[in-house]
Amino acid sequence: MTAIATPRRRTSLTRNRLPRIAPWASLVVGLVVGAAVSTLVGFNVFGWGVFAAIAFTIVYVAWSAAVEGGRKARDKFATCLVIGSFIIVVLPLFSVIWTVLEGGIKGLLTPGFLGTSMNGVSGIQDNQSVNTGSRVVGGIYHALIGTLLITLWSTIISVPVGLLTSIYLVEYSRGGRLGQAITLFVDVMTGIPSIVAGLFAAALFATIFGPGTQTGFVAAVALTVLMIPVVVRSSEEMLRIVPNELREAAYALGVRKWRTILKVVVPTAISGIASGVTLAIARVIGETAPILLTAGFATKINLNVFSNWMASLPTYIYFQILNPTSPSNPDPSLQRAWGAALVLIIFVMILNLIARLVARIFAPKTGR
Amino acid sequence: MTKAADETAHASPKGPDVTSTETKTSEHSGGARKLSSREGAAGDKVFSGTALSAGILILVVLVAVAAFLVLQAFPAFVAPQSQIADGKGFWAYIVPLIVGTVIAAVISLVVATPISLGVALFISHYAPRRLAQILGYIIDLLAAIPSVIFGAWGISFLAPALVPGYAWLASSLGWIPIFGGPASATGKTLLTVSIVLAVMVIPIITSVCREIFLQTPKLHEEAALALGATRWEMIRMAVLPFARPGIISAVMLGLGRALGETMAVALVLSSGPLIASLIQSGNQTIAADIALNFPEASGLSLNQLIAAGLVLFVFTLAVNIVARWIISRHKEFSGAN
Repeated sequence: MTAIATPRRRTSLTRNRLPRIAPWASLVVGLVVGAAVSTLVGFNVFGWGVFAAIAFTIVYVAWSAAVEGGRKARDKFATCLVIGSFIIVVLPLFSVIWTVLEGGIKGLLTPGFLGTSMNGVSGIQDNQSVNTGSRVVGGIYHALIGTLLITLWSTIISVPVGLLTSIYLVEYSRGGRLGQAITLFVDVMTGIPSIVAGLFAAALFATIFGPGTQTGFVAAVALTVLMIPVVVRSSEEMLRIVPNELREAAYALGVRKWRTILKVVVPTAISGIASGVTLAIARVIGETAPILLTAGFATKINLNVFSNWMASLPTYIYFQILNPTSPSNPDPSLQRAWGAALVLIIFVMILNLIARLVARIFAPKTGR
Repeated sequence: MTKAADETAHASPKGPDVTSTETKTSEHSGGARKLSSREGAAGDKVFSGTALSAGILILVVLVAVAAFLVLQAFPAFVAPQSQIADGKGFWAYIVPLIVGTVIAAVISLVVATPISLGVALFISHYAPRRLAQILGYIIDLLAAIPSVIFGAWGISFLAPALVPGYAWLASSLGWIPIFGGPASATGKTLLTVSIVLAVMVIPIITSVCREIFLQTPKLHEEAALALGATRWEMIRMAVLPFARPGIISAVMLGLGRALGETMAVALVLSSGPLIASLIQSGNQTIAADIALNFPEASGLSLNQLIAAGLVLFVFTLAVNIVARWIISRHKEFSGAN
């Protein structure tokens, strides 16, 4: 009883610790010092933040070193670095999203931006809109259609191939020689630079149909090369986590292997597979380089992927920035480019969201 | 012929017993559908054949990638070298591009690797659990942003923002060749490109590292903490050694991405011949050179660009193989698995 009643003694374990207020005190000191230093070199908010972070780290770690000793100080320093690196990463993300929103909303809200193509829009109209202040004409309709068609075709090709390959790897090969070779090749394919995929499709169709064959389908083939390994990887992972008991139960009931796969294994993993496919689509929908090399440069609406050039959102952004429609007045082109960038980012975000929702909502009920 | 052989092969091991049980079961369950072993066997064959051919198709595609690149690149290697790249010859054309590509990729990795490790550690070991999941989503979001948008951001926001910094570097550190002045007035330099590439590579390295850090055996971590280690000491003793092969493979993955990245470079860099200074306009990378010149190329210059693509392909292939080799070597000694 008496032992409990005595006031808590400062033992060697509790003796040397920073007061709980220490981080906040260091933060205040850091902010003040940071403000002072950044005023010396010319004040801006970014500089203040950087100097304040450095000052905070120095004060906090030095204080800890003085009171708690070297080990604790090193621990605190590592914590500061880890949190700091996270802040460094978040900054460009917000900067990118802010830049796209800032530049894109005006373009997106221009009437007819989503519903018209660039057919007939030339430097004359752009100069006119800058000089007279009329609204910017021309839109992304053709690029939108092109992106959707090209992505659709590459999905149509790569999902069956990717899914069947992963079924072969998981259900049939089970670590055989061919399975190992396929796994290795899929890994290698994952590392193919996107522009090389574009060159491959261009070279393939140039060899078969003669040089200069540039259509939406060539672009779809190029994207397929990039999409297949992603689909194989994600579906393989999903098929592997299907419990073996389910397969064995099906076999025990006398069900054929192919029916087991189609009726038991794939349905169990379907949420993960669908989510993986959606992520793969999100990855290829923003690919620029392959389409640049394979689909040419179109300003008109083209609904046929097998003939003529086709525009897409990423290449639209690229051309509008790099070769403005009116070289003397690039602002309308930039406005259109940012509008298209906003649409593209919205697409990608929605696809990512769908993938997460699919994975969560349709996840198999394990009952555990 | 084969079908018949298959039937007999299936019939002999099973015998009549099985068929009778099958019919019995189907009768018992209402007899709606009669199970026929022959029909199922055909399905099995067709299905496994389809799956196998899909797998083989992937092998064929990759071989075709290499074959068609070599086929179309061949003229650039055998043609008289005076006809290629304004008479310089192919190797004089490609070597500066390789150097530029490697410089940009290496700088971006030097910037990205420590930051990515920090972020991955923050998500796996520092942030509260609920927050960590949201932060993971944010990093995945960063990975999902298309490269052309990073390029647009680099050219319109980052490059102008870095101009004062470059001016300061040129005036105070100009005696180091890589910071030699006069600094670019537009900021469209190889250093800007490297920073954009770093921003693009960080989410890739981070997400791989985070997965691996989370797989560290809990017992190792708790043992370290129980022996009185601080959190940082625990990470150094338990987490990092366990994760080393994974970290290397993540960095190599990032390197592959940085080597092959096209649009960000093509948009941001104001290209030119190879120079030592990173803050003047100049330098070029393979991928961006292909993207910029491909639309107008024809004949031999087209072959030349495809040959450049082949070089890039071989390069990234080598990086991947080295990464795999390093991982397989380290796995044996990591002791954790």
